[in-house]
Amino acid sequence: MTAPQPVLDVRGLIMDFGGLRALDNINIQVNSGEIVALIGPNGAGKTTFFNCITGLYEPTMGDMIIHTPGKAPVRLNRLKPNVVTENGLARTFQNIRLFQKMTVLENVMVARHCRTKSGIAGAIFRGRKTRREEQEMVEHSYRLLEKVGLDSYVNELAQELPYGAQRRLEIARALATEPILLLLDEPAAGMNPKETHELDQLITRIKEEEGVSILLIEHDMKLVMSISDRIYVLDYGQMIAQGTPREVSENRNVIKAYLGEAFDA
Amino acid sequence: MKTDWKPLMQRVSSEMIKSIVVSLWFVFLTFPLMVMKIRPLDQTIEWRWMNLVYVGVGAFFLSFVWRYLMARKERGSEKDEGDSWQKRIGMKIRSDKRISVSGLIGVGIFVLIFPFLFSSYQTSIMITALMYVMLGLGLNIVVGLAGLLDLGYVAFYAVGAYFYALMNHHFGIGFWAALPFAGGLAAVFGILLGFPVLRLKGDYLAIVTLGFGEIIRLILENWNELSYGPSGIAGISRPGFFGFEFTLQQHTVYLFYIMVALVALTTIVVSRLRNSRIGRAWIALREDEVACQAMGIDKTRTKLTAFALGATWAGFVGCIFAAKTTFINPASFTFMESAMILSIVVLGGMGSIVGVMVGALVLILLPEYLRAFSEYRMLAFGASMVIIMVFRPQGIISGIRQRYEFRKQPQQEVSP
Amino acid sequence: MDYFLELFFGGLTRGSIYALIALGYTMVYGIIQLINFAHGEIYMIGAFTALVVASALSLLGMNGLSLLMLSGVIAMIYSAAYGFTMEKIAYKPLRDAQRLSPLISAIGMSIFLQNYVLLAQTSDFVSFPALIEEFPFMESVTIMRSSELVIVVTTAVATTLLTLFIKFTRMGKAMRAVAQDKTMAMLLGVNVNRVISATFIIGSALAAVGGVLISSHIGQINFYIGFIAGIKAFTAAVLGGIGSIPGAVIGGLVLGWTESFATGYVSSDYEDVFAFGLLVFILIFRPAGILGKTTSEKV
Ligand SMILES: Nc1ncnc2c1ncn2[C@@H]1O[C@H](COP(=O)(O)OP(=O)(O)OP(=O)(O)O)[C@@H](O)[C@H]1O
Ligand SMILES: [Mg+2]
Repeated sequence: MTAPQPVLDVRGLIMDFGGLRALDNINIQVNSGEIVALIGPNGAGKTTFFNCITGLYEPTMGDMIIHTPGKAPVRLNRLKPNVVTENGLARTFQNIRLFQKMTVLENVMVARHCRTKSGIAGAIFRGRKTRREEQEMVEHSYRLLEKVGLDSYVNELAQELPYGAQRRLEIARALATEPILLLLDEPAAGMNPKETHELDQLITRIKEEEGVSILLIEHDMKLVMSISDRIYVLDYGQMIAQGTPREVSENRNVIKAYLGEAFDA
Repeated sequence: MKTDWKPLMQRVSSEMIKSIVVSLWFVFLTFPLMVMKIRPLDQTIEWRWMNLVYVGVGAFFLSFVWRYLMARKERGSEKDEGDSWQKRIGMKIRSDKRISVSGLIGVGIFVLIFPFLFSSYQTSIMITALMYVMLGLGLNIVVGLAGLLDLGYVAFYAVGAYFYALMNHHFGIGFWAALPFAGGLAAVFGILLGFPVLRLKGDYLAIVTLGFGEIIRLILENWNELSYGPSGIAGISRPGFFGFEFTLQQHTVYLFYIMVALVALTTIVVSRLRNSRIGRAWIALREDEVACQAMGIDKTRTKLTAFALGATWAGFVGCIFAAKTTFINPASFTFMESAMILSIVVLGGMGSIVGVMVGALVLILLPEYLRAFSEYRMLAFGASMVIIMVFRPQGIISGIRQRYEFRKQPQQEVSP
Repeated sequence: MDYFLELFFGGLTRGSIYALIALGYTMVYGIIQLINFAHGEIYMIGAFTALVVASALSLLGMNGLSLLMLSGVIAMIYSAAYGFTMEKIAYKPLRDAQRLSPLISAIGMSIFLQNYVLLAQTSDFVSFPALIEEFPFMESVTIMRSSELVIVVTTAVATTLLTLFIKFTRMGKAMRAVAQDKTMAMLLGVNVNRVISATFIIGSALAAVGGVLISSHIGQINFYIGFIAGIKAFTAAVLGGIGSIPGAVIGGLVLGWTESFATGYVSSDYEDVFAFGLLVFILIFRPAGILGKTTSEKV
């Protein structure tokens, strides 16, 4: 057994909104090849954590480092969101944020932007290189759509997809940026049990086939317990527990946070 | 069948009452301004009672139309009927090469013989319309594709026009030499102005660009040493053609063909851009800025390219404008000009090339040929902007996205 | 020194008018996050209505304070009615539309109203009667005119009344609730449509007050006065921090003084350039304005 290789290493993260401390001294590590879950009641600060590491919010304090195999570690603090993505972090959004008026395929192609380079001149003259790159983009995107099971929708507008399909499109889109760590914010929200089950398999398959590590926020405990290697639990911006699914599900603090004070009485 | 009639009668009378109320309300609203008018000379008041009748009757009927359209819109949001109709035709034209090719050839032939079919005056109007097509296509990059509401677009138009006018006036530089640099200079202005302002949110951006547009106009009006102030610059050379001497009429025909070529070029460039890596980034930015950045797109850079490219086109047309009229002054570059170009884009359909062409031709040609209407031109622009936004925000013709065909094996597919 | 004071009071007067119009911008923005581009036109319509009404009334032999009051009140009623109607036609159907749609609609409304007045009345400047008469006790004062005094006092009174209204009345409280969180307010039983209408009515009436007073002070109007004044008032609102009522007043005054001193001491050719320059500067370097607070968008 080799020692676990960290991919994401966050230490002492603090995020204040005015007087509200949304994240208080949070430490989270994700190792290569792991599926890690981040759970907690509504308003615990889970999405805020994602926003901090992806550069949408600037944290008050703390260090966030990403380790790409074969490259020097990169400090994520103060990087613009697009640079964070270039460095291998890709995400989905809790409230779906697709490009509604673009086709499904185009949604994925947009995410190839940071891995391709043809510019204005290329677009206008459409030389060989541009055409080849365009072709590569289309093929790559199509392959990802096949993977998430959306290949029959390529030319539909994103807004016309059913809800569950939109969530899967978000995943395909994030994958197109070639991440080493995929961040999923409540991917099962609004899905029925059958869809959730398929999602479970999809996530595992993505991890294996694409070689990405996964950090996911989820309220569906069945899903979380079945696919996560490790779990972090947040409540009111505090890390109240961490460990294997089993350890967490037996933790008193966690049960209390979920069931509220009534449990004590 | 009494039971069938009663609800219908009730419905009719309730609709009538609604319309009467609306009608009375507008009679009240427009009373002071439409009925009374001051004669400035003797400070007496002219009473125009007939206007009251027009407003009352007009509002009565328009309120029916308004409510009908409103109801249709509400139903339409459930299943998009009008759209699918248009989509089907669009798809048909696209899929059937014969229709599109023969259509293109037909339009091409008509355009080529246009100056011989119509008078010089009409050719000249057509040149103006084509200039607006180009301006609309340029602004379409900024507003329609990238979703940046630029209300100071006319500033870049002015930059192009003044650049050529001044170069011609001081150094005798010709149209063809100036044209690329007019575009280039406008692009530089676009970047210079864009750099600080593009961080702003949508609506603030609109106001700041408006401010910039006005600042540039005011500078042109007051900086006499540079721009010759409100009196402007006259005697600008028309485009040359290998040193030939043209008559005025021949010049018009020549300029017409120049415009046709440039519009064709613009169309190709814009349609290629639209389905390119950069173009998709623009649209993505328009759709969702946050998600766009999270997908690895540099927001500032992408916005700047859109802004600069849009400006380039305004610069080109500015140069052409100066060469066409041979005289320019700041009065040609007011906010109303920006508003007119914007309404072309909005009316035609944001993001749609054909839409913008139709928009420009309708908005420029209609008032020219319906002289009686031309007084009401700006009134109609304003009203149509509101109506389009309320009932058909995608414009007359909505943009269609490129389709891709795949065969079952994913390795050897793709025929865009 | 006299010149300085003259500029000071000139700036105060201008600033007061900007403040009166800016209040409408700020209230509407606070409640529906829309830059009501056509707000300047409401101010212009107020001025024109007052002109027409005052001319008619003076033909009937009315003059003095009663003429000012009556035409002012009618102008307020009409501006309010226009503001109300405008919201119903151009903005209400677009509440859930894409973000640029309402703004484009507002621009369309602005162009429409300008040209409506142009066609219904005239495109020329028309002279506006001096409705505010010179006070006898101001005769010896050289640095300030009576009308300037009236403008400043009226603005102060109107702003105070508005502040009290928003603080203490039911409707005022509902307005604050909607400004904070529209969905929440709706759940708590606030009639959001009524609140929005009320906002437009109040903002428009205040703009009319500004329109009548400044027109009477300057002495002439045309259909285009609303456009420039509107942009400047918007600048004032942004300067003070859009959404904030004291901010609109402070922003108006700062802008008024900037213009007054800059044209007085630097150059009068570039009067509007100073205002637009200030707007651009503020939006770039402190978009939240003087009193506004910076907020980050929730993702
Ligand atoms: N931009 C912001 N400005 C101010 N407060 C914010 C902002 N973003 C988040 N918050 C606050 O931070 C806290 C944590 O919010 P967050 O969205 O991270 O919760 P969450 O754990 O994702 O909850 P949920 O399960 O409901 O998605 C909340 O109190 C929220 O109101
Ligand atoms: Mg969340």
